[in-house]
Amino acid sequence: MNGSNEMTLSFSARSENEAFARIAVAAFVSQLDPTLEELNDLKTAVSEAVTNAIIHGYESDISCKVSIEARIEGDSVSITVSDNGRGIEDLELARQPLFTSKPELERSGMGFTIMENFMDRFEVSSMVGGGTRVAMLKRIESKKALYN
Amino acid sequence: MSLQAELEHYRNVLIVRLRGELDHHTADVVRFKMEEALLRGSSDHVILSLKDLQFMDSSGLGVILGRYKQVKSKGGKMVVCDVNPSVYRLFELSGLFKILTIHENERTAISSLEVVS
Repeated sequence: MNGSNEMTLSFSARSENEAFARIAVAAFVSQLDPTLEELNDLKTAVSEAVTNAIIHGYESDISCKVSIEARIEGDSVSITVSDNGRGIEDLELARQPLFTSKPELERSGMGFTIMENFMDRFEVSSMVGGGTRVAMLKRIESKKALYN
Repeated sequence: MSLQAELEHYRNVLIVRLRGELDHHTADVVRFKMEEALLRGSSDHVILSLKDLQFMDSSGLGVILGRYKQVKSKGGKMVVCDVNPSVYRLFELSGLFKILTIHENERTAISSLEVVS
């Protein structure tokens, strides 16, 4: 593919849109011929980021919007999930496996750990009162094999 | 895109078959159905049968951990069976196999619990 290919999504912070978001990203990335495992990794990472935005960023206020930008460049896809919610006070703590600020909601505290493990690059930036932005990148190896 | 939870009491075991996608949106249904079945029924143990579970994320881990605690507090055991590779990876990453045993299918899961009870 020459140049890059981009898409942007913006949707209400409703839990039913978690499935919509991960399936939309999977459909966009399918042009890179990912394996089922790669596709599942992407879907899981997107699901984690979107769920965080809805539960933690917006505290389930459905009048708010979550945004996703995805960009395919060569054999890689970069995905940014952002919200304008309350932000994360202590990023270091939030990234610890099993840490959750909402144990009463039966959160496992594994969201960030899963994103880090399932994607090749992962970055999170946040400002208290200003929202959170998760930027991730994954190389689609199956396509690379075709190039060689 | 939704999730169906089929619950069956077999002797003193609650078999929970999950079909579809388990995420934050669908986790509550699983939580309430299982909570109720465990409170009302006479089951000591739980088998999570995941053959038709097509997707799961950390919200699924949360609801499973919650039910594990519920079962354990009554002295029961929770086991999983028919776990697909992507769900397996999530269990592995989160250390859930330290507390849940995994079985190939419902039959072997049941016989493992009959030894226990």
